[in-house]
Amino acid sequence: MENIQVKELDNVVVLFAGDSGDGMQLTGTLFSNISAVIGNEISTFPDYPSEIRAPQGTLGGVSGFQVHIGSSKVYTPGDEVDIFVAMNPAALKVNIKKVKKGGAIIFDVDSFQKTDLTKANFITDDPFTELAVSDTITLIPAQLTTLTQQSLDGFGLDGKDVLRSKNMFALGLVCWLFNRPMDKAEHFIENKFKKKPTVQQANIKVMNDGFNYGNNLHLTIPTYTIERSGDTKPGRYTSISGNKATSYGLIAAAEKAGLPLFLGSYPITPASDIMEDLALRRDLGVKVMQCEDEIAGIATAIGASFAGNLAATNTSGPGLALKSEAIGLAVMAELPLVIIDVMRGGPSTGMPTKTEQTDLLQALHGRNGESPVVVIAPSTPDDCFHYTYMASKIALEYMTPVIVLSDAFIGNGTSLWRLPKLADLPEIKPNYVPADFENYNATSRNEETKVRYWSFPGTEGFEYRNGGLEKDYYKGSISTDPKNHQKMVDTRAAKVQNVQRDIPDLEIFGDENADLLVVGWGSTKGHLMGTVSNMLKKGKKVAMTHFNYINPLPKNTAEVLGKFKNIVVCELNSGQFASHLRAQIPGVNILQYNKVQGQPFTVTELEEQLNKFES
Amino acid sequence: METTKIDYTPRDFKSDQQVRWCPGCGDYALVNSLQKVMAELGVSPHDTAVISGIGCSSRLPYYISSYGFHTIHGRGAAVASGVKVANPALTVWQITGDGDCLAIGGNHFIHSIRRNVDINILLFNNQIYGLTKGQYSPTTLKGRITKSSPYGTIEEPFRPAELTFGARGNFFGRLLDVDLKNAQQVMLAAAKHKGASVIECLVNCVIFNHGAHDALGDKATRPDKTIFLEHGKPMIFGVNNDKGLILENGRLKAVKIGENGVSENDILIHDAETPNPTLHWELAMMQGPDMPIALGIIRDVPAETYNDAMDAQIAAVKAKSKIKCFDDLVDSLEQWEI
Repeated sequence: MENIQVKELDNVVVLFAGDSGDGMQLTGTLFSNISAVIGNEISTFPDYPSEIRAPQGTLGGVSGFQVHIGSSKVYTPGDEVDIFVAMNPAALKVNIKKVKKGGAIIFDVDSFQKTDLTKANFITDDPFTELAVSDTITLIPAQLTTLTQQSLDGFGLDGKDVLRSKNMFALGLVCWLFNRPMDKAEHFIENKFKKKPTVQQANIKVMNDGFNYGNNLHLTIPTYTIERSGDTKPGRYTSISGNKATSYGLIAAAEKAGLPLFLGSYPITPASDIMEDLALRRDLGVKVMQCEDEIAGIATAIGASFAGNLAATNTSGPGLALKSEAIGLAVMAELPLVIIDVMRGGPSTGMPTKTEQTDLLQALHGRNGESPVVVIAPSTPDDCFHYTYMASKIALEYMTPVIVLSDAFIGNGTSLWRLPKLADLPEIKPNYVPADFENYNATSRNEETKVRYWSFPGTEGFEYRNGGLEKDYYKGSISTDPKNHQKMVDTRAAKVQNVQRDIPDLEIFGDENADLLVVGWGSTKGHLMGTVSNMLKKGKKVAMTHFNYINPLPKNTAEVLGKFKNIVVCELNSGQFASHLRAQIPGVNILQYNKVQGQPFTVTELEEQLNKFES
Repeated sequence: METTKIDYTPRDFKSDQQVRWCPGCGDYALVNSLQKVMAELGVSPHDTAVISGIGCSSRLPYYISSYGFHTIHGRGAAVASGVKVANPALTVWQITGDGDCLAIGGNHFIHSIRRNVDINILLFNNQIYGLTKGQYSPTTLKGRITKSSPYGTIEEPFRPAELTFGARGNFFGRLLDVDLKNAQQVMLAAAKHKGASVIECLVNCVIFNHGAHDALGDKATRPDKTIFLEHGKPMIFGVNNDKGLILENGRLKAVKIGENGVSENDILIHDAETPNPTLHWELAMMQGPDMPIALGIIRDVPAETYNDAMDAQIAAVKAKSKIKCFDDLVDSLEQWEI
């Protein structure tokens, strides 16, 4: 059947899913990069198992990569999938519920044989009927394995390497479906496999054959175009993951402040990328110490901070728990320190590769004694750069630990990042002790801001003794005087509260006269914006505000919350930010919508829930 | 640039804080020895950092007029490692006790040694928890009655030397709090050694474990009970310098020179610098009544330090990379114009 129809779409969601050895993460990344290059908005979400290689073909080993591309603002990786590439029956079974009515499934017929079906616990020979797949969904069978083998015949690769290339055939096919330019795709593969010329050439060939296969076969579905986005501010862009953006935020801040960068770390999912990215940057003098445990990760960082570096440590929830006592030391010693927590499902080991916002109260309160710290939460992969930069700036200018609450969703997800120039970033002025300061000690501070003056080893005339014991406000020596302790507790709290002076006011999005205010924080911003936009388009009266500064809260928080009758805090935990707001802003009526499933919100569910609150 | 060498005195390293250990505590002698060593070493107070954990001995940084940091229990080695790696120009001392170092801080201790970060670890071993008032520690002798072992401990103690060698340590020295001159010699050697140096300081706790090292502390019996080891010197000890160590059937043996045909030529010469730790291990493990306790510099082997290796790698990668600053890094990313 001849079909040359080309449909124009505003946005589309593509999901690549297969075995964890099938290269789905790479396929998805390449497809999103190709789309970004031609000017589409992108948002991606990798969903992979914690097992490195679960038994091949089983449900536990399914690895997926979802890409949302659009010609206008894309807020999330998408709730529902338009085009699903299923490399095996297990991938089909795990993801079938995400596929939209009217969507399409491209599947590798060669991997849907009896043994494959059995591994994925199918009883019959017909998985589609067994799963009751809607007949509105177009099934596109393709012999991906056979076609890949034919494509690489005589290439000199062994059977295993040939099989590993079938993801590129799928990529080529999807590129054809969306009219992606192959020269851009080839360019990415050339870069990716620069050091392996045979693999590079093989992948390019397979991908092109996949593209031509679609082109020649004229499959029974139309192809699509997605125009370049008009919502993107002109500039140079790349596609970046939240973890990489976090690393770059630290690098930029250190250079801007004129300080060496030190990272003390211990491997933990999903935060290890940050250590790995920074370990590559020996060329910028970055010192990364992979330590013996989480505690040493932060303890070495505290040592480096004491010695005058911009020091950071990165971790996830269980690691943050282990670092608690040391964070208290940094609070007491009033040292600058950036602590990055890429949150995952908890408690305990929980769900290491899944996303949650369940460490909020741990970050705010998880220490002994009165121990306030600054807490900041980025909301997209690309703004992890900005907020990590700001966290470093606040740490150095206020001599305090700052916790950055990222999570698996934005840490691993990617979005477009408008490339900055160092010169355009805000100045960072560490609170160094003035050169003419007299009688410097461990508690010498700027009396107006309450920020302790920083001196570090190597500086003559400003030697001092710091530590975790309470100190005399004036002399800096050890003190257990009752009134002095109160004064010191109040001073440390006032200093952290003073950070409010430097953080931007909350903004209201949507209808300021609505009764309903939707409130979120951190990584849920995209889903909430998408939801509220939809509701506004449908004529609903609703407004939204989003928090990135969690402690201290922005100055106008009470004012903003006070304007609305119904406030619904939506978060991926059981109500931690809602509790924080109730404690900080008494007298407002705060309702909750919560989800703790290891997955981000969907716009669909949020819209359904929020409609109940909108009268 | 011409630099003027300043002659420091111990006074330059004394802080204005009143020392507050119990009267008679062995720590007094050690802080005085350390201040003397610092003066002799000639590193300025502002290029010296003294880092500690928690415990009686960990109060020491308050008494030294340098940069000091009294951190949290057990983590001193990790903090000190961070200080040294962040600024390798500093001379870093870590002060720790047997509880701080070998119980709660055991992991940081062995890994700092394994990495060979250039820090000087003074391990004050009084075989008891002092600051928490008298519980047994990882070095308390088996069977000892303490507050937390009212019927005697039922655990074998650690020997710090074994942990050091097991962690592939390159410097191990041992000293006695009251033996000032020799103590300073060991501390100075530790400071000059590039890499993690462990000094086990045998310290008397007058309150909770008084007399743990009495036999060694007594000036009259000390020469017979201990041997002070120095590289290249014969292993001779005794009040009359008439005792020595020989190898017999592959094991160390204490002998009397002039008896049973033993002459001074039969006595072993101490080689602290051999990488093979076998004999260092044997020496460090010697204990009475037939063998003397080894003091002095038992092992002192040159090896590349972690901090030097880090700096060398940074220099090598920098020399090859086109990325010199953040803007270069951003330019190097796969990018496109929109």
